[in-house]
Order: sequence, then C-alpha cells, then structure tokens
Amino acid sequence: MLDAKIPSGPIENKWTNYKGHCKLVNPANKRKLEVIVIGTGLAGASAAASLGELGYKVKTFCFQDSPRRAHSIAAQGGINAAKNYQNDGDSTFRLFYDTVKGGDYRSREANVYRLAEVSANIIDQCVAQGVPFAREYGGLLSNRSFGGVQVQRTFYAAGQTGQQLLIGAYQALERQVALGNVKQYSRHEMLEVVIVDGKARGIIARDLVTGKLERHFGHAVVLCSGGYGNVFYLSTNAMGSNVTAAWKAHKAGAFFGNPCYTQIHPTCIPVSGDHQSKLTLMSESLRNDGRIWVPKQKGDNRKPNDIPVEERDYYLERRYPAFGNLVPRDVASRAAKERCDAGYGVGTSKQAVYLDFASAIERYGKTEITKHGRDAETASHEEIVTLGKQVVKEKYGNLFDMYEKITGENPYEVPMRIYPAVHYTMGGLWVDYELMTTVKGMYALGECNFSDHGANRLGASALMQGLADGYFVIPYTIGNYLADEIYNKPISIEHEAFVAAEKKVAERINTLMNIKGNTSVETFHKRLGKIMWNKCGMARNEKDLQEAIVEIQALRKEFWKDVKIPGEINEFNPELDKAGRVADFLELGELMCIDALHRKESCGGHFREESQTEEGEALRQDNEFMYVAAWEFKNESNWELHKEALNYEVIKPTQRSYK
Amino acid sequence: MEHYNMNLNLKVWRQKNSNSKGGFKMYRVENISSEMSFLEMFDVLNEQLIEKGEEPIAFDHDCREGICGACSMYIDGKPHGPWHGNTTCQLHMRAFNDGDTIVVEPWRAAAFPVIKDLVVDRTAFDRIIQAGGYISVNTGNAVDGNSLPINKEKAEASFDAAMCIGCGACVAACKNSSAMLFLSAKVSHLALLPQGEPERKSRVLDMVAQMDKEGFGSCTNTGACEATCPKEISISYIAKLNNEYLKAGLTKE
Repeated sequence: MLDAKIPSGPIENKWTNYKGHCKLVNPANKRKLEVIVIGTGLAGASAAASLGELGYKVKTFCFQDSPRRAHSIAAQGGINAAKNYQNDGDSTFRLFYDTVKGGDYRSREANVYRLAEVSANIIDQCVAQGVPFAREYGGLLSNRSFGGVQVQRTFYAAGQTGQQLLIGAYQALERQVALGNVKQYSRHEMLEVVIVDGKARGIIARDLVTGKLERHFGHAVVLCSGGYGNVFYLSTNAMGSNVTAAWKAHKAGAFFGNPCYTQIHPTCIPVSGDHQSKLTLMSESLRNDGRIWVPKQKGDNRKPNDIPVEERDYYLERRYPAFGNLVPRDVASRAAKERCDAGYGVGTSKQAVYLDFASAIERYGKTEITKHGRDAETASHEEIVTLGKQVVKEKYGNLFDMYEKITGENPYEVPMRIYPAVHYTMGGLWVDYELMTTVKGMYALGECNFSDHGANRLGASALMQGLADGYFVIPYTIGNYLADEIYNKPISIEHEAFVAAEKKVAERINTLMNIKGNTSVETFHKRLGKIMWNKCGMARNEKDLQEAIVEIQALRKEFWKDVKIPGEINEFNPELDKAGRVADFLELGELMCIDALHRKESCGGHFREESQTEEGEALRQDNEFMYVAAWEFKNESNWELHKEALNYEVIKPTQRSYK
Repeated sequence: MEHYNMNLNLKVWRQKNSNSKGGFKMYRVENISSEMSFLEMFDVLNEQLIEKGEEPIAFDHDCREGICGACSMYIDGKPHGPWHGNTTCQLHMRAFNDGDTIVVEPWRAAAFPVIKDLVVDRTAFDRIIQAGGYISVNTGNAVDGNSLPINKEKAEASFDAAMCIGCGACVAACKNSSAMLFLSAKVSHLALLPQGEPERKSRVLDMVAQMDKEGFGSCTNTGACEATCPKEISISYIAKLNNEYLKAGLTKE
C-alpha cells in the first residue's frame, strides 16, 4: 500500500498543522536552491512566480512561444471558491463535500479539503493582481452557479475566465523574470528527467528552434505539464498539449495514478469530417437554458424546425425527470452516445444531438413583455421571439457567435448540434499530500497530477486546483524537502547522469529520424485516437479493452517501423516534436486500457458496461475498488499495480442518483 | 448551411530560417471542404507535402479556438484573413470560393524576426510585459477580494482591454509596425483598476521605453490595428495610453 503522508488530526486542522510544522529554508539559503518548473499554465506560472518571490532560483520551460499561451487560457466558465459572498450557505465544508461527491468517491479527502480551504485565498490573490472579474453594480464580485451545485460560488470573467487568470499568473511570472529570480525558456520541451542517487536533479530539454539538447540542473523538478486528453487525437485540448514530460517522469520512476479516468464533456461542437483537427467546447452553462433532444423516429431526415414537438424525444428530461438537462457531465455524455448508437443521431454524421433554445427564447420573451406591464397573451409570437432572442444574446452571445463561426449555422434560428468530446483527464502522476511523486524531489501540480477530482471533475474546479497547487501548496511543501538540500551543492551538468540522459534522448531522436518510413505522424495519431475513442471512451467493456491493448501494441510497432518524419534534427521541426509526443501517447494509451480493464466497476467518467444499475447508471464496487490505482513502469507493456487505499473518514460514500 | 468542396491555389512564403532569404512558392490543394478551418486546410497541404517527401510549411498554432494567440498568418494582405474580429484558426474555408488563389505570409515587422516559413519570434511582447506590465503583489499579501469595490463599468472597460491575446496582428497590420495597441491594452487594463494605481506612472514610462528599444515603430493613428484586432480592442485605448504617458512624464519626480 502506498503512503500518501496525510497529516494526522481532524480534517479541518490538517493543513494548518502541516504549515505550522513543516521545515523552512532561510532566505539566504533559498538563493542557493534551484527549482525547475515544466509548463507555464495556471499551475506552472503560479508556482514559478511564487517560488521566485520566495527567493528560489527558478527556471521555467514551455513548448509554446510564450508562457501566456498555455492551454489554461482556453477555460471558459469560471473558478469556484468557498467565499459565501452570496449568503447562500456555502462553506469550505460544502465545497469539499461537493467535490468529493462529484468525483464519485474516488478522490483523497485530505487533498480535497485543503483545496476547498485555500480556494478563497485564490480569489483574493487574483483580484490583487488585477484580474478583472465580473462585478455587480455595487462594485462587488459577481457569482454564478455552475455544474448543478446548489450554491453560487463560481467567479468568472465573461466566458474568458481561464484567460484572465492565466494572464494574472503570467504577469506575476514576468515580474519575477524581470527581477532575475526566474529564467524563462520558451519553445523548449522537456525530454528526460535526470536522476542522481534516487533524487530528481535536473532535466534534458530540447530547444525547439535550433533542435539542440540542453542540460539543466535543479534541486527539485516541478511538473505542471497539463493533461493527456490528446491521446484520443480529437479533444478540446490545444494541438500541442501532450503527455511527454509526465511520461518521461513516469518511466523514470513516478507512478501513474488512475490513468483511465477521463472526462468526456457533453456539449461540444460535433465532428464535421475526417479533416477535423480538434473539437471546441460550448460552455456547460448552455444546459441551463437549452433542451436536448433527438427525433423519435430513427433516421428522420427532416430539418429540426420541421419536426413537431410531439415527435421529439427530450431524452434527458424523460430519463431523469428530477435533474433533466442538468445532470452531471458523465451522465449527459453517456445518454447522448446511447441515442446516437441506437440510430437516432442527427446531422450529416448522425453523431450529434440537438441543443434547442426555442423554449428558452419564448419563455424569456414572455417575461420581458410581462416586465413592461403587459399581458403576454396579447403579444404576437414574433414580438415574443424578438425580445427573447435579446435576452439569450446577453447571456450567451459570445458562445452563439463562436458556434456560428465554426458551423456557419445561426443557433438563434436552428438548434445547435452537439456531441460529447474528450475534455479533461482526472488521472495523472501519483502524488502524496505534499504533491511529491514517487521520485524524491519531483513534484506534479495541476492537471498533470491525479489527486483532487477522483473519477469525475466538477465544472469550475480545474482552474481552482491549478492555482491552489501553484500559489498556496507548493511554496510550503517544497520547502519541507529543500530544507535538507541546503547542504547539497548544485551538481555539474557534466555529471555522468546528465551525460547518460542526454545520450538517451539523442539516440531516441536519431532512431525516429532514421526510420524514414511511409506514414505520417498525423496518420498514426489519428489511428490511435480512433482505437481509444471506440474502445476506451465513454463506455468500456472487457472485450473491447483487451482488443484495444493488442491493437495499440501493433500500432506502436508499426510506428517505430514506418513513421515518416521530414526535415532534420537540428532545426525548427514541428513534425519531429509531434513524433516524440505521439510515440509517448502510443505507450500511455496501452496503460489507460490496462487500467480501465482492471477497474471492473463504473465510477464517474469511467463506465464499465459490466457494472451498471438496472436503469443503466454507473455502479461503483466500493468493496473491491475503493483505492487509487498507481502504476509503476517496469518495461515495455509491463506495469506493476500499487494501491493507495481511500479512507473516507468524514464523508460517507453513497450511490449517486439523478432521477 | 450548404457545404461545398473547392480547389485552391496557395501562394505561401517559405523561408528556411532567420538567416536565409525567403520567397513565395505555389501549391495546389483539391477537394477542400467549406467546413474546414483555414489551419485544417494547411494540415491537408502539409500531409500532401510530407507524402511527396517535401518539407511541410511551419506555422504557429495551438488552441485552435481563438484564444491562445499563437496562430499568425497574413492572408491576402490581412492579418488573420478576411473575417472581422477573428483569428486565423477560426477562419473557415466557406470564406473562399473554388478556384481562388490565396496569398499567405508571416507577420512582417523588424521586431518579429522570421524563425521559419510563417513562424515569427514574438518574445519582444514578453519583454514589454517584463518592463512593467504587472501589479507588484507577492502571493499571500492579498486582502479580501471584496474589500475594495470597483465600479462595474470601469471593471468592464479594464476587462475589454485585458482580452488582448498577444497575437501581434496589430503590429502586422500597421504600416509602421507599431505595438501601440498591444501596449495600450495592457497599460489600460491595469490603469483602470485601483490595484494598478501605485505603479501607474512608472509602468507606462518603462513599458513605452521597452517598446521603443525593441524596434517597434510609431503610431500615426491610421486605425489598421483596431480594424484587424481579433478581439476588437478599441483604438481609444491608444488615446488613453498617450494620456497616461503624458501625465506620467510631466509629473515624474
């Protein structure tokens, strides 16, 4: 059993006690300690800035041309915090409870409680940095509800909350760069961890402009490299999002926790053809007003507005009368898949369902007329619709515009077509309470660790976790480790461990370039994505997963025999960068299937067809699977399973029901 | 929406690296769906090139949903192409017709040297932010977020400026390669908030000095930046920047 090093004592005192007793590093010594941060999204930028402020010598690395481009920037909806500004009964405990329940009782209580505890500090910090959150007329911060919880605790900046938070963290980071505390390496990719005497001591990075390999020493390495949703090829992730840094860490000894926990988001713009390179999310908030339906008749080719209401199947309202269109993400996604698989899908691909705003437009239109002291019955339908559209535009205008840009269809007139898409990965590197991986001195923060969301993440929680880890957790926990490192001088980059690591990277790149096969990297990536989506996607079963493992192994062999990479090593070569990432996805995909195969229960986003209730809902098997699966890499296609027991001391797990 | 396929001629800038001379090259792509994004059309072209054993065209891109600011193509004489308030990645092929010839170039500016083909170096923007585009507050110093009410309209004006994605289209559109719209957006974002007040003067002076050092040109108020900005940031922020700069210069201790 793995030890997460959770402090003893009541849950509400754990973090306070930890902070009161962890080791400290004095300011003069901090200047001698070097920390490497990989990735500059919310977790990475906030960690690097905060560590720089404390006086550590920090280096940051990102593959983008600027830290500000990390994919945290694309988060739309908002960030949760237990401020209780709305006086609606929110508290640290409620946020903690909602997050654990939303994660279907597969997250670690102590971490989630700490997350809820520091959530309020995040908002204060961001306001102080100049993040322009939405405000009320009185000048105070505005909140909205999100993801079906019962309180209003989500802070937001229109539909660009991630962008504004990331710019705040980026500016704090650039300030530290200006002060000389942080050195920034953009267009650089980490390709290996250097381990000396069992401790992470540095990295090998590749300068993506020149192609040169570089050695960098650090007393500690902090990975903030995001999630691995792009293993599915099509996802809402950015094109460059990848698992490479985390995967190198995994192969160097860091255990990988719950790799199969994937979040499929129900409201995305559907695939339009084979050319599709990525999928775009439409914020979950649309489900507050949109009604989801498919035709009652199979293969009905009529235009949506020609199908009368009585011939439509509002299947979420039918199956879940209590929650209707507001069921959690995993439930809504599976229900859409079920209808499309049964032949009721719409659009050219038949892999889509309608999200219809006509009822909302009419309802809001009538309210507007009543507001002006008139009887809605006397108004013309045309007038009601015109007024209703104005209200919908105020609430969702930017999303409707984005939809129209991509599809060329006007969602005020015709229902949106939506389909679920891969959005977030709850799994990631296993970390203990201090966010340290199983390799000493190597940490994982944000989406690249596994710790806080269990088997399903609630809306507006990803931004919260990234910033909690970076601003408020790592500055304390890393000190507890580095306090014992003050006696250790920086290790020369001529050390044999650095030489060996660089050699390994160079050989791998050479091997890739010398395959000179016939098939492009993109083709392999697409094929892997299809296997993953069809057999390790929204619904999984033993037979499919076993087949997927065999298929991925074969595809990986083919890749290493037949991949075609143009250009040269020592130049700007995006195809080579991509080849390295796809090679790692080809290994990760296998582990995800192995994990999904071993977890013979359904929980949150992981749905095993063999484990469902009579009504077709996810059925957990707490007696057997109340643990974190942490996989240790042994050698190719061979992993050893370690378990961390999940002990629920405060919350009592129950079966989720949305009927 | 009716979909259609088209055949296109592409005239694309190719340049091996920052030290070599570049030039245009013609390419042909066929059966391009009107549903594709402009970058997906480039993906098709690149796959063709790889198959033929030629080098694919390098271009910057990442989120492909119009927010990260990485994509940066100068299409038929306009940064990000023909659509208003749009990024290259969100431009879709229904903007074009069968038989069109499309000219694609990188951003052109002395401060944005070409790295390869359509990829340019925009680190000058990072250095402008480093010169003062922040509020000096360490983690842990913050007071309660609601302790200081901020007028809603001011907060919204600040947000409108903060929407800048740092893509550099404003520089590419400007005949002088001025970075004034980018700079004014950052200065205004922070100057409109009470938190930005203590460093208000030094911020604008230092950032302008850095902008000049990077080799961006002067602003002559042609408004090309505003017309091309994918986030529709208003040129009135440049007026605000000038105002801030003048006041700071006159009252500096």
